[in-house]
Amino acid sequence: MTSPLNEKAPESPVGTVDRAAPERSLAGEPDPQVALGSSELFAPLPTKRMVVNLGPSHPAMHGVTRAVVELEGETIRSMKLDIGFLHRGFEKSCESVTWGQCFPYTDRLNYVSSIMNNVGFALAVEKLCRLEIPERARYLRVLTSELHRICDHLTLVGAMGLELGAMTVFLYAIEARDLIWDRLTELCGARLTSNYARIGGVSRDLPEQWAEKTLATLDRTAELRQEIDGLLTRNRIFVDRTKGTGRISREDAIDFGFTGPCLRASGDPYDVRKAFPYLVYDRLDFDVPVGSAGDNFDRYLMRMEEMRQSDRIVRQCFDQMEPGEIIVQDFRYALPPKPLVYGTIEGVMAHFKLVMEGIKVPAGEAYSYTEAANGELGFYLVSDGGGRPYKLGLRAPAWPMLAALPHLTKDALLADLVPTFDSINMIGGEVEQ
Amino acid sequence: MSKAVIGALLERFPDAVKDAYVGVGGDDCAFVEKEKIFEICRYLREEERFDLAPYLTAVDYLGEEPRFELVYNLVSLPKSARIRLRVKVPEDDCVVPSVTSVWRGVNWFERYCYDMYGIRFKGHPDLRRLYMYDEFVGHPLRKDYPLRGRQPLVPEREVEEKYRGPGPAGRD
Repeated sequence: MTSPLNEKAPESPVGTVDRAAPERSLAGEPDPQVALGSSELFAPLPTKRMVVNLGPSHPAMHGVTRAVVELEGETIRSMKLDIGFLHRGFEKSCESVTWGQCFPYTDRLNYVSSIMNNVGFALAVEKLCRLEIPERARYLRVLTSELHRICDHLTLVGAMGLELGAMTVFLYAIEARDLIWDRLTELCGARLTSNYARIGGVSRDLPEQWAEKTLATLDRTAELRQEIDGLLTRNRIFVDRTKGTGRISREDAIDFGFTGPCLRASGDPYDVRKAFPYLVYDRLDFDVPVGSAGDNFDRYLMRMEEMRQSDRIVRQCFDQMEPGEIIVQDFRYALPPKPLVYGTIEGVMAHFKLVMEGIKVPAGEAYSYTEAANGELGFYLVSDGGGRPYKLGLRAPAWPMLAALPHLTKDALLADLVPTFDSINMIGGEVEQ
Repeated sequence: MSKAVIGALLERFPDAVKDAYVGVGGDDCAFVEKEKIFEICRYLREEERFDLAPYLTAVDYLGEEPRFELVYNLVSLPKSARIRLRVKVPEDDCVVPSVTSVWRGVNWFERYCYDMYGIRFKGHPDLRRLYMYDEFVGHPLRKDYPLRGRQPLVPEREVEEKYRGPGPAGRD
């Protein structure tokens, strides 16, 4: 698309100062011999290094991350990150409640795509319990996770557009995201804190007519996504600000522990859904987009393509899903249905023990990993055989990307920090636990 | 695939790798001696192509001896294999060789273990607390740290003045 703002010199890449700009003599001085001493006249002035404190409360620092940036002119020479302002003791809190009570805490990790956290945690506990869950519950988990993946990527693309000056994109993205959240509200009762998965299955089955409504929502989302695509992907301003900035090579990305779209943008096709399939991903037909440059623009493109793939996955889930149980019928793990609780002594006892003591997870340790919107979401669990986790370790997907931010922005312009910080999609809730 | 890796590890480091076992869900795990962890990690990275270290964490087994344990989760992208190494760390000798020079991404995970459990890493380039402030007393994820522990009030830090912008002299 064309824009009246596109009139700046297109041939110089963003981030370089154009030294060959038209020369203008200073007022009151004799006209310099342009051919002779131009290198001295246009030599950059020695600048004093300046330390700028960005954050913790700064519009470009999503959440409350503090970056202490050392600048030379406009160039970032070094950066120190200071995190922990949002630390609320997720692991410690989880170690003091029963296994089932951890789910609301996991909602608040990546609050844009909470179902993926619920599912990741449920899978980890089920791995430790060696529990097989019903077929329909698997499909429901994949379906809702993929809807939330679309939400997460829409948020990223919208926020990235917003911070680079494309307000419209943000509005389109938020409209699409809210449509999906409306559907998820009908399913779980909350927009953000879904608390949908349970150990052994999911909490609710799909409401009446929900599939049709969701398919219509997906169609509308696809339209809005196309609008966003048209506004951004070939937009000169957007491309200039994102192409070639925040670049990281494949080797460095792996070395820094990147996973998810940020790793794939650098050219490595690693995706947990393909490499170590879980739930029903091995039965679904979807592609994993892989970039080549590893810059902000590629990371943006990964998100756009993954939304299309998630759309495909959701539609396939609706086609393949069959009616059935949504949670295991084993009352050591799942709450019994209410008629049993009110009508039988066994039901009351099972209910009471599950609520008061928690699920008895066999003693042992396990590491379970799933592909969340930002990459590998891992839970390392240790159980001592009781009703509460002995240790719950969270591997937050965005953590390595944030840790690598000083590397990504070294010797870049301060302005490039903004798209880079957007495209790594740091979510304070999960990184700072 | 990673069975072969455990076998190679046992062959290469017969004294340092112990009690290899298959964990829940078929994960390959092994206990590793603390002093040898750096050599083993470098070997895994360079010879066995375990190029990604997605997660490193610690566990406090209060009342057991040795008290702490470090857990290294490693992935080999070319082989599509995973391995988990567990390192026992006694409380009176809470120092472990750092593997930050093997995988740069481990840097923050080691800082996290230092912050939350008080395990020190020898050779770490920047071993500071990650989430907590420097004056924090104790290590919050240790089992003997209370859930609702209170912290002493710390005096305001001296702020080093690095740059003063233009303005009248003597103004703050």
